[in-house]
Amino acid sequence: MKLFGYKLPAMSSLLLWGLLWEIIGQMDVTFFVPPLSEVFVTLFSIIGTPAFTKALSETAYAFSSGVVISILIGIPVGILMGTSRLVDEILLPWVNMFLSAPLTALVPVLMVLFGFGMKSIIITTVLFAIWIIVLNSRAGVMQINRSLVEMAKSFGANKMDAFTKIYFWAALPEILGGVRIGIIRAVKGVIIGQLLISIVGFGALFELYSANFLMAHFWAVLIVLFALAFCISEILAYLERRVAYYAAKR
Amino acid sequence: MDMSQIKDTAKQDVDVAVSVRGVSKNYGDVEALKDLSLDFPRGELTSLLGPSGCGKTTLLKIIAGLLEPTSGQVEVNGKTVTGPGPNRAFVFQDFALLPWATVLRNVAFGLELRGVAKSERESIAEKYIKDVGLAGFENSYPHELSGGMRQRVGLARALSVDAKVLLLDEPFSAVDEQTRRKFQEDLLALVKNENKTFIFVTHSIEEAVYVSDQIAILLPRPSRVSEIIRPSGFRDKPVDQIRRDREYLDIVDKIWASLRNYVE
Repeated sequence: MKLFGYKLPAMSSLLLWGLLWEIIGQMDVTFFVPPLSEVFVTLFSIIGTPAFTKALSETAYAFSSGVVISILIGIPVGILMGTSRLVDEILLPWVNMFLSAPLTALVPVLMVLFGFGMKSIIITTVLFAIWIIVLNSRAGVMQINRSLVEMAKSFGANKMDAFTKIYFWAALPEILGGVRIGIIRAVKGVIIGQLLISIVGFGALFELYSANFLMAHFWAVLIVLFALAFCISEILAYLERRVAYYAAKR
Repeated sequence: MDMSQIKDTAKQDVDVAVSVRGVSKNYGDVEALKDLSLDFPRGELTSLLGPSGCGKTTLLKIIAGLLEPTSGQVEVNGKTVTGPGPNRAFVFQDFALLPWATVLRNVAFGLELRGVAKSERESIAEKYIKDVGLAGFENSYPHELSGGMRQRVGLARALSVDAKVLLLDEPFSAVDEQTRRKFQEDLLALVKNENKTFIFVTHSIEEAVYVSDQIAILLPRPSRVSEIIRPSGFRDKPVDQIRRDREYLDIVDKIWASLRNYVE
């Protein structure tokens, strides 16, 4: 964007909103909104504390396990659904149902089934992330050019070759799109899981800070999470652009 | 014309590479092919020519082993076809190139699927890329090439697996007229120089007569071979003399006369 002939740096609108936040905070309108500067000071003061690093590592562990499981199961299942009519008929209603279901309501059930710990949080993360990965992989495979499949067959490709050399690559732009949305949903999943179970990771921190009205701490942790989610999404968007050269030309 | 007589004479003095015996293909209630028999002499180019919907492509895909006939069988070098095999290579109408792979990998892809080592298959691919006139484009991607160049990649891929039978499904229909003429001339040279059997599907009468040693006219609903024509007089003439040859023009007219009733 340009303003008075000067090119503004990317995300300069963030500065504007940050300024607004700072002013409202300084005006002491409500204790829920401490000044942004105070939030950042708190942020740097808690970032090295054992409570924070523990929360961060637990969250990172739950998040990355959940995402890896979702990708490893989601992509093959989606490709399978896209190639086999039977599998598709059996699974599609469930995938659609889970995609739109209010999964938060399931978390208490998961806690009963898998206990108040890491396992439940990982499963919650998977439940948030996996369905869109499945659906996008399926959609990617279904739009594949039939003659590519025939070509591979005519040159003697077996099922495995077709899977790894044709279907996967042909569907890759859609798969990456699905993975990106899935990961964004996984961020939600891991936080919601932790909040509901509330004795692990950032869930425990949030619980602690909000119960003690430590709003600067609360916002500091939230900003960290937002920043992490944003970075992950940007990295995946970059990967998507890497395959864009053939995405439109299939 | 008496069909059985043609087949008998063909069998006696021509070495047959591919033989289609009583092939029928039904899609539900629709009979795409009915009891179709046809021989393809070795080392020659046979065109399958007919109006759209006459099942030419269906027949070609049955020969390729990509489709199964409802009844009847196809033999390649005396062996019944049960699926795709290394003795046949297919050239696709829409090129069927991997959009995420370079020209080099695309041309080598047939060999890759056959488990040929990377360095070996790439050196073979490079040779054929040069042969089809694409030297210097090894590391380009298909979307950077024109339609004609893409089909050269498809052709190089089919050649590089060194199959004895080449199946071409309207390979030039998606390229412009001038490129197409160049392709036709190149194809004639290819038939002459490579000892391969070409089966060529086209809907262009002129193209079929121009490039073929044998033309099988297919008529639709259900598809059957109505006539087999073997141009004899102009095959050895220079490429720029063929289109003004008397026999060439006669055959084109004759085929049009027998096809015109089937064109809506």
